[in-house]
Amino acid sequence: MSETIRPEGTPPMTDQPDQTAAGNSPDPPPEVASARPTTQLGELAGGHDDDPTVGHPTVFELENVSVSYSGMVAIRDVDMDIHCNLVTAFIGPSGCGKTTLLRSLNRLNDLIPGAAVEGRVSYRSEDLYGADIDAVEVRRRIGMVFQRPNPFPKSIYDNVAYGLRLHGMKDDLDGRVERALRHAVLWDEVKDRLKASGLSLSGGQQQRLCIARALAIEPDVILMDEPASALDPISTQSIEDLVEQLKAEYSIIIVTHNMQQAARVADVTAFFSVDVAEDGSRSGVLVEQGPTSKLFIRPSDPRTEAYVTGRFG
Amino acid sequence: MSTASYQPLAGSSGRAARRRRWGKVMEGLATLAAIVAIAVLAIVIISVAKKGLPALNVDLFTQVTSTFGIPGQGGGIKNAIIGTVIMTAIATAISVPLGVLLAIFSSEFAPARLALIIRITLNVLAGVPTIVIGVFVFGLLVVGNGYSAYAAGVALSIVQLPVVARSTEEVLLLVPHSLREAGMALGASRARTVLTVILPTAVGGIVTATIVAVARAAGETAPLLFTTGIFANAVVTDPTKPMASIPLVIFQGSESPSAHDQEVAWAAALVLLVGVLIGSSVGRLLSLRSRRRIEQTR
Repeated sequence: MSETIRPEGTPPMTDQPDQTAAGNSPDPPPEVASARPTTQLGELAGGHDDDPTVGHPTVFELENVSVSYSGMVAIRDVDMDIHCNLVTAFIGPSGCGKTTLLRSLNRLNDLIPGAAVEGRVSYRSEDLYGADIDAVEVRRRIGMVFQRPNPFPKSIYDNVAYGLRLHGMKDDLDGRVERALRHAVLWDEVKDRLKASGLSLSGGQQQRLCIARALAIEPDVILMDEPASALDPISTQSIEDLVEQLKAEYSIIIVTHNMQQAARVADVTAFFSVDVAEDGSRSGVLVEQGPTSKLFIRPSDPRTEAYVTGRFG
Repeated sequence: MSTASYQPLAGSSGRAARRRRWGKVMEGLATLAAIVAIAVLAIVIISVAKKGLPALNVDLFTQVTSTFGIPGQGGGIKNAIIGTVIMTAIATAISVPLGVLLAIFSSEFAPARLALIIRITLNVLAGVPTIVIGVFVFGLLVVGNGYSAYAAGVALSIVQLPVVARSTEEVLLLVPHSLREAGMALGASRARTVLTVILPTAVGGIVTATIVAVARAAGETAPLLFTTGIFANAVVTDPTKPMASIPLVIFQGSESPSAHDQEVAWAAALVLLVGVLIGSSVGRLLSLRSRRRIEQTR
């Protein structure tokens, strides 16, 4: 198995179970890589010995989740579990609601007038949409990286410090900014020009700055909405390497159009598709989810197979 | 196309030639319209400069206006300059906070329908003849209290309000949605995002809006007719008293039988024109810069 770079302080990886899938499957994750106390035991989805979710408690449990905009259903009836310290990819054709679903996980859809979430989204056993849940605190714990880099028109330092100041994490501000930038593998490139505008960086650097900004406030989960789709291949590579490193400490959910990207970075992949009803209305549905290797090599649904083999979408 | 029916490109049909002629004609008309617009401004500036320059001297800025157009007694517009500065300052102090808050409300917080109503209202307000605004403030503040710089400031602020609010809103709407999402995704409230992300990004545009509004108020005449006296020859700094103003000095002087007063009016017009031109040019330049800055974030 490959050597992944681990931040200091994380437990060493335990021995991996044997891999039964074909050679191009991604590295299975460590059985227990989380430094956090685990709240509940992970479920064994199917009980395969190559199941990457073994030993990873769930961080999100979605039950019958539908999201609609002003009555137009964008995605419906999603049941899925998302596990800690794994990379979960959402793939599917345009309009399948994968981004919509992602944005319902940190309540960013709240900002869109007319958006409504039905069903239950549990985050670490709490109802994310419960009456006593503050959306602001939700977004502190569940960070987000967007499709196009969107640094603030402020200095590199202030971009990273923004969330820290916001949440009163002002002790050792310099140290926290540095750690976040190191974490996002950007520190060496910007350490001599922290006062320069975040907008002066290249696209790939800007995206890593946005990741550093999200990491600075010590989130639990990072949502990534096609984080590399606006970047060149080299920058894409650096973002993917980063995702690989970050999963030791964070749970990552990544939406991507790029199936190779899902195959490269994701432990678990969920495939969404567009369902056209009799009256012509379209809505996204979850077709299947499972270990990435299984989904790409032995999909159980013909729609998944058609998509991953490039016959559709 | 077969080679037999091929027509050489050169010496094309009459239709193409006609189209080309029309193109030339329309291009000429458009150019002419542009020249006329620039020429009008040039003629105004040249004629005001020609008549105003001879009377432009130190006295103009150090003496107050003369009472009966007698040379040697006063002959300056010091009181009018001070009055215009104070009244414009009062107006700006009212209209900028109000206009910026209004723009923030309509672009960031108001539901789409309400924002539209606000926008239409501001457009209507911008189109209200300024003399009507003068009469309105006359009825509201002057009747029973007398003329005052305050009343004039309020009248001018009503003129400025749509200018400030509309241009500020335009700039706020230029700030890309992705920055709002970035702020909120980090756990900032909507208000906090506006304060710490949107406003700093748009501050250049707000400064521009302010400068343009100042230039606008400095040149307004009609709202002043009903709110502050036209016979205020002393330097007044008490805003509860009426003050002289540059536009009214021009108005008065142009009506005066005294040649001296007329000269002073031309000089005052030149001072006002130059001030307003500088103000709006600086404003436009800053506006371009801030737009470019915002576009970088897209």
